[in-house]
Amino acid sequence: MNTAYFTTGDELIQIVAPDGARSEPSEFSESVADISTDKLCDLYEDLVVVRRIDAEATALQRQGELGLWAPLLGQEAAQVGSARALRSDDFVFGSYREHGVAYCRGVDPTQMLRFWRGSTQSGWDPYRYNMTTPAIIVGSQALHATGYGLGMKFDGVEGAVITYFGDGATSQGDISEAFGFAASFEAPVVFFCQNNQWAISEPVALQTHTSIAERGRGFGVPALRVDGNDVLAVLAATRTALMRAREGSGPTLIEAVTYRMGPHTTSDDPTRYRPAGLDDEWRAKDPIDRIERLLEREGVMDETLRGRVAERADDTAADLRRGCLGTVEPAPMSLFDNVYADPHPLIDEEREAYAAYRAGFEGVQS
Amino acid sequence: MTATLAAPAALPMGKALNAALRRAMEDDAKVVLLGEDIGKLGGVFRITDGLQKDFGPNRVIDTPLAESGIVGTAVGLAMRGYRPVVEIQFDGFIYPAFDQIVSQVAKLHYRTGGNVKMPITIRVPYGGGIGAVEHHSESPEGYFAQTAGLRVVSCSNAADANMMLRQAIASDDPVLFFEPKRRYWQKGDVDVTASIEDAYPLHRARVLREGVDATVLAYGPLVATALQAADIAAGEGRSLEVIDLRSLSPLDMDTIAASVRKTGRLVITHEAATFMGIGAEIAARVQDQCFYSLEAPVQRVGGFTVPYPPAKLEEYFLPDADRILDAVDRTLIGPA
Repeated sequence: MNTAYFTTGDELIQIVAPDGARSEPSEFSESVADISTDKLCDLYEDLVVVRRIDAEATALQRQGELGLWAPLLGQEAAQVGSARALRSDDFVFGSYREHGVAYCRGVDPTQMLRFWRGSTQSGWDPYRYNMTTPAIIVGSQALHATGYGLGMKFDGVEGAVITYFGDGATSQGDISEAFGFAASFEAPVVFFCQNNQWAISEPVALQTHTSIAERGRGFGVPALRVDGNDVLAVLAATRTALMRAREGSGPTLIEAVTYRMGPHTTSDDPTRYRPAGLDDEWRAKDPIDRIERLLEREGVMDETLRGRVAERADDTAADLRRGCLGTVEPAPMSLFDNVYADPHPLIDEEREAYAAYRAGFEGVQS
Repeated sequence: MTATLAAPAALPMGKALNAALRRAMEDDAKVVLLGEDIGKLGGVFRITDGLQKDFGPNRVIDTPLAESGIVGTAVGLAMRGYRPVVEIQFDGFIYPAFDQIVSQVAKLHYRTGGNVKMPITIRVPYGGGIGAVEHHSESPEGYFAQTAGLRVVSCSNAADANMMLRQAIASDDPVLFFEPKRRYWQKGDVDVTASIEDAYPLHRARVLREGVDATVLAYGPLVATALQAADIAAGEGRSLEVIDLRSLSPLDMDTIAASVRKTGRLVITHEAATFMGIGAEIAARVQDQCFYSLEAPVQRVGGFTVPYPPAKLEEYFLPDADRILDAVDRTLIGPA
């Protein structure tokens, strides 16, 4: 596998090294100077809770409670760091792996699971959290983000839009079109690519022979390349991009270089295509280990903090499991709900015919 | 901003569509137009002529040349509360946007349990008969009529073009609006001041000519052809009823069935291939609903199952009055 270009082109923005040491001050570390020890502990808690949600959901899938789950293991810092840079009135257009982002937006983890259980196509109201529900068609959401951002610009509000996608999505035409449209219209969009190195079995080298950041620049979209496992660096880069969007300078691409430690989904088997040695290499850069080392170096990591965070994670997981097992499944006749906003004769006809058919059986739920 | 036209005035269909867009933009500040060359140029067919000058570049938006990008951007604008009207420059250019239309525009309302509305109108100049090069004469309406979540309509005359477009834009559901480009220059009386509240329903078919011997069902460009066939038939002593379908999804089966119960014979015509086409669905529903009224098998007259041919062959490909009358003969006197 050709990995040479991973480090070519531009420097990776990093604030905390894998051993927990802070790097030399930079414009990026300046932009997170307000992150106090307390706030650092909050970020640590976010990362641990998000990983716990992911583990519990994976377990629920293994136990047959979910049809599928797309684990985010290894990508916690990329998601939490970027999501914690957002304001509540910003709008998020995610792909399908942004459970960590959804958690930071305030989505109840049980709501996230309903989609993967097959109980709904959409676990929450996008307008309640200003975040869309999973977009399965790879790359499609970047155009929606561009249109939404354009609308914000027309409305004269100071908001911004962030859209998440992976390295595989950068090969989709919709991503290129979104870069082109957003640049041309100077839409307030942050394109956040989690380059987790793998699109199911395909290494990023198959998608592109330049860095992903470089692809944005080709469209006139300035790009930042950031260590995606360094939560502070991601926060800093996202703040920089959001500021550009808010001041009317148009879109920015962030390439967060990270690694998908688990399978693409619970149906995938990465041992068929991925050398174990590579996993070990990335395990050494683990985002949670890193922030723990930072907190240790700064003298705040102790058993109290560790215990508090672990308890919060366990409570969240227990709620999640309870919520999942308590899911009220949709009624059969809800099949026909919300196909259209206005009444539709064909839907009415099929609904009535199916209801009449079902009524012919005894004891059938309507 | 706009000179008020005395109502009704004789307008070509293209100008009637332009007046509808203008009216919709005046009535609702959230209506924005997106497309290729729709600004300064006014669109390749001039349907948006003068609108950018009057409403500005933030409401009449010239886009980069990418149909998926246009429709995907419209989805985001709709999510933000806008009411986008998209122009696809030619029928054959819609396919790059197919994914955004069928996977996003059509499904977002359902996917989100009704939380997200998609009040998007996608205008498509379609059909042949203008001697165009490849990909400029297609009839892709069937693909969209088969997709749940979309509404699909086609106008056949200037007055309908005007009001149906206003109704489509006012709809909270996405509407594929197929415009028969070869009829853009055909004039008709249009009352551009008409109230949308009192308008004939968007999804109802219209009986344009009453008759008793057989029903001819057409939409879009072939309505004029069907009327021409009915004129010729009248000269031969046959009375044809002509229905303009107007809405392809949903279908107004009540109007169709009432006519078939009266005449006992049905010929359906469209430029799209008959195989798996709109006519096939109508024929299936007619045999289901009117089986005991039918005096003859339902006949379909459409494009052949070949790619749209070069311009010098299109007169053989497109249904014309003779082919419609040939089908009428089959329903009246049986196969030749």
